[in-house]
Amino acid sequence: MFEQTMFYLFAIVSVIAALFVVAGKNPISCAIALIVTLGALAGVFVLQEAHFVATIQVLVYAGAIMVLFVFVIMLLNLGPEDLEKTPRFSRLKGAGGIFAAAGAALLAWNFVSYAARAARVGPGFGGLAQISQKLFTEYIIPFEAISAVLMAAVVGAVVIAKREL
Amino acid sequence: MDYTGLIIVAIRCVFMLVFILSFLPVLIWAERKGAAFIQDRPGPNRADLWGVRLAGLIQPIADVVKLLFKEDVTPRNVYQPFYKLAPIIAMSVALVTFAVVPLADVIHIGGRDIPIQVSDLDTGLLYILAVASLGVYGIMLAGWSANNKYALLGGLRSSAQMISYEISMGLAVGVMFLLFGTAQLDDMVRAQGANPLGWGVASVPGAIAFLMFLVASFAETNRLPFDLPEGESELVAGYHVEYSAFKFAMFFMAEYVNMVVAAGILVTLFFGGYQVPFVSTETIVNHAPAVAKIAFGGAALVLVALGVVAVARYRPGKFGDNRDREPIVVAVLLWVVALGALAVGFLPGLVPGIPGYTDLTMGTILATVLQVGTFAGKVAFFAWFFIWVRWTLPRFRYDQLMRLGWSYLLPIGIFNLVLAGVWVLASSRWSL
Repeated sequence: MFEQTMFYLFAIVSVIAALFVVAGKNPISCAIALIVTLGALAGVFVLQEAHFVATIQVLVYAGAIMVLFVFVIMLLNLGPEDLEKTPRFSRLKGAGGIFAAAGAALLAWNFVSYAARAARVGPGFGGLAQISQKLFTEYIIPFEAISAVLMAAVVGAVVIAKREL
Repeated sequence: MDYTGLIIVAIRCVFMLVFILSFLPVLIWAERKGAAFIQDRPGPNRADLWGVRLAGLIQPIADVVKLLFKEDVTPRNVYQPFYKLAPIIAMSVALVTFAVVPLADVIHIGGRDIPIQVSDLDTGLLYILAVASLGVYGIMLAGWSANNKYALLGGLRSSAQMISYEISMGLAVGVMFLLFGTAQLDDMVRAQGANPLGWGVASVPGAIAFLMFLVASFAETNRLPFDLPEGESELVAGYHVEYSAFKFAMFFMAEYVNMVVAAGILVTLFFGGYQVPFVSTETIVNHAPAVAKIAFGGAALVLVALGVVAVARYRPGKFGDNRDREPIVVAVLLWVVALGALAVGFLPGLVPGIPGYTDLTMGTILATVLQVGTFAGKVAFFAWFFIWVRWTLPRFRYDQLMRLGWSYLLPIGIFNLVLAGVWVLASSRWSL
């Protein structure tokens, strides 16, 4: 009962905040709404016993990436009038619609097939030890590949920034 | 539903809040008196209640009354929602960070295991890093919403500084993950044990990580020598320049809460947390009567001696008013507390109705009390260290701050992480 109430609370907050991210007028408010969405999603993860994922969600997205977003918005001092200059919802409307429909279909398929997959999740799922074990045994190659990609991105960013200095 | 469990959780939350918040007035007093001591002046010594000034300890009460009743001015062109939200974020994030820090060993009473912390998450340290990284929003939003150039500059400086030093902090913490093989703070403290030679700081990578964490926590708490977001001489007051009354007090308190939290994490990671030096939990529980007599008897002796020192300063007719009697009042207060300590140490077991310390429950309670006291003492030392540094070192320049973070701390941190890996491997191979 308690868990269900909390789930609906987090779900409603995250959906409303996500809508505000798209529809909001003030860039800073949109960024803060995105942080609220991420925080509410972290709450949903906690309800699924996935403490590690929830913590990383807050640490990486809300605590690091969004700080940079807000930092840039503050540095450029973007206001509502800057947002109005760029047309929204006009171009790529069709593509966005297709993507949204595809996402919704994927989600629906997930819900339908949930019962079949739920049994595969063992105890301690989502904990730090379990995720680390999977990451360094079963998924070691994708994991290392991602770190190589990130390294390349960092080097690329430095090269591009240095050229303009 | 398990109502007893719920009540215990509620008590744990409240206890944690009380533990942190009771540090604040003492720290603010220590900051003022410490500054005065270092600058060779008397410091706050005027505010009094019926002639008793308690060496300036009454001053924080006067401050709180002033901050509560002052007019709360909201400037006209601020962005209201964030202007009001920012102090709340700053304060609540600072408080919530402490939730996973254990204040004492787990209690076993009535078939329950009660940890003396709000939650013993298995991602404990990551939780601290995650929540602490949210603290920057309070400062950023305050700086942005105030619609003031100085405030905006303060907010920008703060966010750049906190992102930069979070990396060094994360690397230092990563070393401790490696050394202890866990992220759960409870397990970390237990792995360190009561012997100071086993504490986190007592190994080469641990010592380097400690220094890095110390430097980074100065930057994260925005304290001197890294207080550029406030920088009175450059930015007036930085991000909180447009705040007044209790909203300002929230930022002010958040700074001290952050200090307590940083000191608490330092102690937990590197200085054995709640462990009483050389005396493990089992020793306390097994030898409870003797430990109680030594601990409380010693405390009573110190208090009596302090009372005697206070009485020795009694000079009748020095001021010609109530202030003359102040040393007597202080001495009597100290002696009453000393009597209380003696009673707690010696009476249980003698009075019918109260079980003696040979009782397992009483022994556990004794261990908890001593460990919380030890933890508070260690935290107080590091909080004093923060104050000491603040009034000793001048402020860094912004480029120096950035160079220190990125060109010195970051390479040292990465090197230290490799060193820690080698260390752990070597100690498991050759059992160092």
